[in-house]
Amino acid sequence: MAKKGFEDRGQGLGRREVLECMVWAGTGVLWTVSGGVPHSVGLIGDALAAEPTGFTFLQMSDSHIGFNKPANPDTLGTLREAVAKVKAMPIKPSFIIHTGDITHLSKPAEFDDADKVFGETGVQIHFVPGEHDIIDEERGKAYLERYGKGSKGAGWYSYDDHGIHFIGLVNVVDLKGGGLGNLGAEQLAWLEADLKDKSNSTPIVVFAHIPLQVIYKEWGWGTEDGMQALNLLKRFGSVTVLNGHIHQLAQKVEGNMTFHTALSTAFPQPAPGSAPSPGPMLVPADKLRTVLGLSTVTVVQGNKPLAIVDKTLAG
Amino acid sequence: MQTLINQLRARLAPNRPLVVAMLLGPVIGAMFAFGTVAAQDATKKVANEITIDNFTFTPKELTVAVGTTVKWVNHDDIPHTVVEKKTSFRSKALDTDDSYSYTFASAGEFDYFCGLHPHMVGKVIVK
Repeated sequence: MAKKGFEDRGQGLGRREVLECMVWAGTGVLWTVSGGVPHSVGLIGDALAAEPTGFTFLQMSDSHIGFNKPANPDTLGTLREAVAKVKAMPIKPSFIIHTGDITHLSKPAEFDDADKVFGETGVQIHFVPGEHDIIDEERGKAYLERYGKGSKGAGWYSYDDHGIHFIGLVNVVDLKGGGLGNLGAEQLAWLEADLKDKSNSTPIVVFAHIPLQVIYKEWGWGTEDGMQALNLLKRFGSVTVLNGHIHQLAQKVEGNMTFHTALSTAFPQPAPGSAPSPGPMLVPADKLRTVLGLSTVTVVQGNKPLAIVDKTLAG
Repeated sequence: MQTLINQLRARLAPNRPLVVAMLLGPVIGAMFAFGTVAAQDATKKVANEITIDNFTFTPKELTVAVGTTVKWVNHDDIPHTVVEKKTSFRSKALDTDDSYSYTFASAGEFDYFCGLHPHMVGKVIVK
């Protein structure tokens, strides 16, 4: 599952740190940041062996706790399997980023079940909401009460870790008819202010549920005002954009920006345009774990490029 | 209560004398009338039903008379909502096979979409 082809893009970025992302298909994505431009380094085990001193974090996404249809009657079970993978990692990730759709229907019991299993990782988790996390009667109150501490607006925030500036954005509220994901003027103004004092050499990791770039407009896979956010990030030497929502891997490099979407821990969705709708894709039970996953990112200080490794739950 | 009365009036437009009688009666009478209307709706539905399959509202455009109750039914594995563009009506999240009904009390064109997947759009024309 390792994505090759991002090598040799060194553009003399010097001592900048860059992110290596090891997408662990099926459960999460393990990320490593080293110094320059993205490339993939192979499966998670290889990567960890190669970069034992790296700072790593993990991306999980689209757990859909509460979903119980044929595409995966046991989403809590597959989340447990993903968490077991995390617990078994030789080097624990510094934290986990969850890119939304924690639950299927925003019910308290679904959040409770998810939190219980996430808690078993023993690792801090930074969340952003998916559209499925804000469909309680009060449209997002349940999410904010649990995960919104210290956040602004509908739940956006930023923090710094290991010299990297992390930004969690919310693009699932106040959506407009006929449109795509939406950040809104208030959040964009906040983002601009948040970045104001950051030097161009600060590595940036920005994460949100729906892809910030338009991947497939016909299915609403993109963010209406996502380009405005990306324009604010253009001046930075290393920008990594992590999204969920589409339940499949998609990676792209544009200049100093790397885009990555993670696998779901719950069920796969079809490739753009390959099915009548983006609904859950039914795969044979013995194949399900090959299409669910995690991504791991390792951050290494120095001149190493960024890499992404995908690994499935079956792996 | 005013809304309820309006809805009753709208629903029972063809039987206006009966409605007027009921509306003039005690509240309990109105409640009884409401129950009767609900039962009638259950037997004649479908004509004004909009289904959701494969992230699509069908029919995409529906024309009804003033006072008609339109029902949306979600057949997808994924929840959807029904939100009118100017938010004159908004359903809660509809899980698989859940439905939402809205009675159109006045004429006009009502563009609506799914609040979770806003590329899903439809229109009800009320004449």
